[in-house]
Amino acid sequence: MAQKKVGDVILDVQNISLRFGGVKALTDISFNVKEHEIRAIIGPNGAGKSSMLNCINGVYSPQEGSITFRGQTFKHMNSRQVAEMGIARTFQNLALFKGMSVIDNIMTGRNLRIKSNILLQALRLGPAEREETAHREKVEHIIDFLEIQAYRKTPVGQLPYGLQKRVDLGRALAMEPQVLLLDEPMAGMNVEEKQDMCRFILDVNDEFGTTIVLIEHDMGVVMDISDRVVVLDYGKKIGDGPPDEVRNNEEVIRAYLGTSH
Amino acid sequence: MRTTFPRLLLEHAAQRPQAAAMREKEYGIWQTTTWHDMAELVGHLAGGLHQLGLQRGEHLIVVGANRPSLYATMLAAQSLGAIPVPLYQDAVAAECVFPINNAEVRFAVVEDQEQVDKMLEIREQCPQLKHILFDDPRGLRNYDEPGLAGLEEVVAAGKVFASEHPDFFREEVEKAQPDDVAAMFFTSGTTGNPKGVVHTHFTLLNRAEVGAKFDKLTAAEEVLAYLPPAWIGQNIFSYAQWLACGYVVNCPESSGTVSIDLKEIGPTYYFAPPRVFEGLLTSVMIRMEDAGTIKRKMFHAFMDVARKVGPALMDGKTVGLGDRLLYALGNMLVYGPLRNTLGFSRVRVAYTAGEAIGPDLFSFYRSIGINLKQLYGSTETAVFVCLQPDHEVRADTVGVPCEGVEIKLADNGEILVKSPGLLKEYYKNAKATEEVLSADGWYHTSDAGFIDASGHLKIIDRVKDVGRIKGGANDGAMFAPKYVENKLKFFSHIKEAVAYGDGREKVCVMINIDFDAVGNWAERRNLPYAGYTDLAQKPEVYELIKDCVEKVNADLSRDALLAGSQISRFLVLHKELDADDGELTRTNKVRRGFIGEKYAVLIDALYGGKVEQFIETQVKFEDGRTGKVSATLRLMDAKTFDAVKQAA
Repeated sequence: MAQKKVGDVILDVQNISLRFGGVKALTDISFNVKEHEIRAIIGPNGAGKSSMLNCINGVYSPQEGSITFRGQTFKHMNSRQVAEMGIARTFQNLALFKGMSVIDNIMTGRNLRIKSNILLQALRLGPAEREETAHREKVEHIIDFLEIQAYRKTPVGQLPYGLQKRVDLGRALAMEPQVLLLDEPMAGMNVEEKQDMCRFILDVNDEFGTTIVLIEHDMGVVMDISDRVVVLDYGKKIGDGPPDEVRNNEEVIRAYLGTSH
Repeated sequence: MRTTFPRLLLEHAAQRPQAAAMREKEYGIWQTTTWHDMAELVGHLAGGLHQLGLQRGEHLIVVGANRPSLYATMLAAQSLGAIPVPLYQDAVAAECVFPINNAEVRFAVVEDQEQVDKMLEIREQCPQLKHILFDDPRGLRNYDEPGLAGLEEVVAAGKVFASEHPDFFREEVEKAQPDDVAAMFFTSGTTGNPKGVVHTHFTLLNRAEVGAKFDKLTAAEEVLAYLPPAWIGQNIFSYAQWLACGYVVNCPESSGTVSIDLKEIGPTYYFAPPRVFEGLLTSVMIRMEDAGTIKRKMFHAFMDVARKVGPALMDGKTVGLGDRLLYALGNMLVYGPLRNTLGFSRVRVAYTAGEAIGPDLFSFYRSIGINLKQLYGSTETAVFVCLQPDHEVRADTVGVPCEGVEIKLADNGEILVKSPGLLKEYYKNAKATEEVLSADGWYHTSDAGFIDASGHLKIIDRVKDVGRIKGGANDGAMFAPKYVENKLKFFSHIKEAVAYGDGREKVCVMINIDFDAVGNWAERRNLPYAGYTDLAQKPEVYELIKDCVEKVNADLSRDALLAGSQISRFLVLHKELDADDGELTRTNKVRRGFIGEKYAVLIDALYGGKVEQFIETQVKFEDGRTGKVSATLRLMDAKTFDAVKQAA
């Protein structure tokens, strides 16, 4: 198989510190993400992984540090700006519109690219109709990619958990992102579902060249599919490098991986 | 019809180039391929395959779901005089080794990455496999294997070739003769290695034509292609008859969307194995129980009317005016909407075959206006041996011999068939061919049966499975395991059954419950359960199954031939019998011998009079890994009845 081409640094996190009152969620975290790579963030619960993602995404504003994306440096990220720059994410506990169908949920991911105004859309006039068809085609490609054709019209709330996670991923993909932030995409899945999700993540990375930042607890998955790993513990970075290096790091073993006795 | 498949394609393309030939649902919309486009695609594909070196008389395997490109591949191969061999797309890699080596296959055309991976896995064992061509490129971008190429590439190369050699395609098509081999189908034998059934253009088209004439099929039919292409039935309904009549074949989006696509297309000509009809009825009944009171009452009231009046109306018999009006009202309120939900609004003819179908099930569909009929045939006979005429439909027969077919019975009750549609031979297996095809052209079906008073054929069982009870009260009585198993499977709660009794004193049965039906039943009684194994072991479920078994016994006691086949003991299995574990064939027929060996401890326990037995079985997951499932099963007795003498 041909080797994947990993590019230059696309996202650079510099000295991020995040506090909630007295709780230090993140302390002086620095790491970078290269284009087209799969970067995993691992660590025990409460280590600050989701907080890190939230900082990149603009949900939290760090007290110190900065984030550089494609040469532009920001002290705080603005959610909308981040989305427009091409960074999409999924959520640990899903954030889907439970009453809407799968296709409508994924369509919402196209929101930023829809140009026609609300009046045109409401009356379904020419340009709005054509635009909707074009977006619908893109969404159908995603549905085909994620193999959820049978559930197109089903309200998302009625789907099993594993499928809801797929819809969440679909919605993020609908943004045609350059960077995809995945927050525990495999939480609560059985072996078969995890395999499917892995396959989708790898296919996204391979087919669309999307850079992936992945928070995950399943060590097997992390070691298998990621190019480099960042390890957090109590808000501090304790490891950073290729999976094999991190796996053998003493501090990481002590804090997170454990040893067999 | 003395012609060939490729010639028929060209005729349709010449006569009705813009008419729809095939549709495929992709990205949520139905995309149409016209006859002209189909012929062009086939022409280019043939050119491309020719350039890769496909020879006349060579075999080419095709593995995948129903897609226009798969059908185009088969036509392209046949245009070059090569022979397409479709394989089951859900077969494990190891199962493909024998067919590929047996037919010395160098070309494999497969649908997607999953199938490509299978081919690559067995490549070492099949060294002559040179070209692996795939349709859907997803996931294959980084594959770097010799001989691996996309169909798109081949078609593009073929297009160039066609512009340089414009007469090549037609010339090749002209070379094919009706008696040339057109396709080969491997039977999913219940014992031993599969055998390649060789059919010519003529054998397939002859039967296709006879069937089409019998049911007056036209070019306006709409058919849904959802059964495995490796199965002869799918080939007859969606390939041979498609080309013979020129109607439209619709390919569903994915296996998960078949029922949705069925509703959208509304086929006019439909085939499904009995378990599909059973499954539909079960789901209808379950959903009716969830409906509001008014709807439920309306449903049951009008279903009673349908049961009384429907079959008579379908058979064209006279029905009183009052009943007619009531039925018409029912049609508007219940049967029409019901047919619509099932996707059968436009069905003119629906067939089922392969297993016996329960009389209740049969009359349900006929009573709501679906012309469901049975047919009889096999891979070796290119399907159509017997068909049920529209006005002579009964649950317990398989029909009358159709045009060109002669039937006679051997001394041991085996059905022998003479027909223009018989196989040419079993590939490279003269011995097996001699065993089934006698010198004077009679084919041994290995089914036992008889022709009843009205000229209809009735099937009892596989000849080799018909046994005799030995010892005990019923010594010498005929035992037909399939007959007994089918009667049990007519109950919606029972999904599968395996009966033993040949050479034994009594009949014992192992049963699989139907998870949906029994699960629903349990939920309505507030009976909690943790999964299939747990549900299967509940004492309440055992009582439910015991009830079914005893009803079957009562029914058997009234049967002239088979009163001695009543079931004395039974158990409920902890896991469903599965083709992946070798317990069923790929067409879901039980492999009694294999099951007998694998579950020998249970059978011994049943005959030994034990009340419970521990068993641990190996299961194979879909990706080939194995695991173990174990349980302690309860073994129960069932009441049997004295044979009731029927009035002569």
